[in-house]
Amino acid sequence: MKLTHLLLRTLFVAACLVLSGVTTTLAKEALPMAQDPVLEKRLILISEELRCLVCQNESLASSRAELANDLREEVRKLISQNQSDQQIKDYLVSRYGDFVLYRPQVKPLTWVLWFGPFLLLVVAVWGMFSYVRQRQSAQTTVAALSDADRHKAQAILNSGDAP
Amino acid sequence: MKKFFIPLGIFLVLVAFLAIGLKRNPQEIPSPLLGKPAPLFSLNTLDAGGVKFGPQNMKGKVWMLNVWATWCVACRDEHPLLVALSKANQLPIVGLNYKEVQAQDAPAGRQLTPEEKLRIARERSAVWLQRLGDPYAVSVFDLDGRVGIDYGVYGVPETYIIDKEGVIRFKTVGAVTLETLQSQILPLLQKLNAS
Repeated sequence: MKLTHLLLRTLFVAACLVLSGVTTTLAKEALPMAQDPVLEKRLILISEELRCLVCQNESLASSRAELANDLREEVRKLISQNQSDQQIKDYLVSRYGDFVLYRPQVKPLTWVLWFGPFLLLVVAVWGMFSYVRQRQSAQTTVAALSDADRHKAQAILNSGDAP
Repeated sequence: MKKFFIPLGIFLVLVAFLAIGLKRNPQEIPSPLLGKPAPLFSLNTLDAGGVKFGPQNMKGKVWMLNVWATWCVACRDEHPLLVALSKANQLPIVGLNYKEVQAQDAPAGRQLTPEEKLRIARERSAVWLQRLGDPYAVSVFDLDGRVGIDYGVYGVPETYIIDKEGVIRFKTVGAVTLETLQSQILPLLQKLNAS
């Protein structure tokens, strides 16, 4: 009796969490020492920018993987040591590589990633303009009558209805 | 006619890129630790009376660090290969047992003390190694996963090759296969031992 009650309550709470869609609440819930709200806020801000390596499409803030838990604990420790956001990210990058960053650094290796889409856009716009211009010039040449055609037409019109 | 081939060409290029993408292993993330000194640690070993062990004890040797746990299924797959490798006396293998005792192992309502965790981890590992063979020159316990973080461990098993100067030369995530052993690890060993 008591067990079913407890089960229902857990289910209800879980449903509320899922429905509210606040992933950070989940992350918070998994933390045993969520005491300092300022520290927690910074933890969430930082860990939302970091990838969980176990479940690669989740951020460190939202993942419930064991490793994500450990890493959040680690980030919390670094925050309490007064490290800057950049220092904390560097700490993780030096261990797990650039892949942990959801926002990759701009460096020669990532230039294609950062600027490639703009390059494609420029190429596409250029392609579109040249296509439109080609079509326009093709249409005008077709539409315009040459002088000889105009004279011919005029001659037909002038000749009237004579059979 | 030429116009017909342009979209076809773009399509084929796209297909080629996607085909390459499909073949790639998303688990394979280049480790930033390659070419860097192996992070130091000092951990308890399987031998209850033994002293602590760390990479500093392996200076001057080419050695393998194998991250494993008894709860790890893929570790079971690679284990016979490691046993064979140790029997062939190719190189010393150090077993780093990663987070052997998990949160769900604790009795309801209380947490295990580090001493209890270590005792349980030793017991379990000893049984496992007795049953499946012990390829490890030394077995150490990373109970809280702190050393794992320093080594960038994100999926057990992971295997590292560390050279005589203590620099990480190779890393693979997932079970070591005969193919990786023959095509990558053994040639690398020859090179490192020669230098």
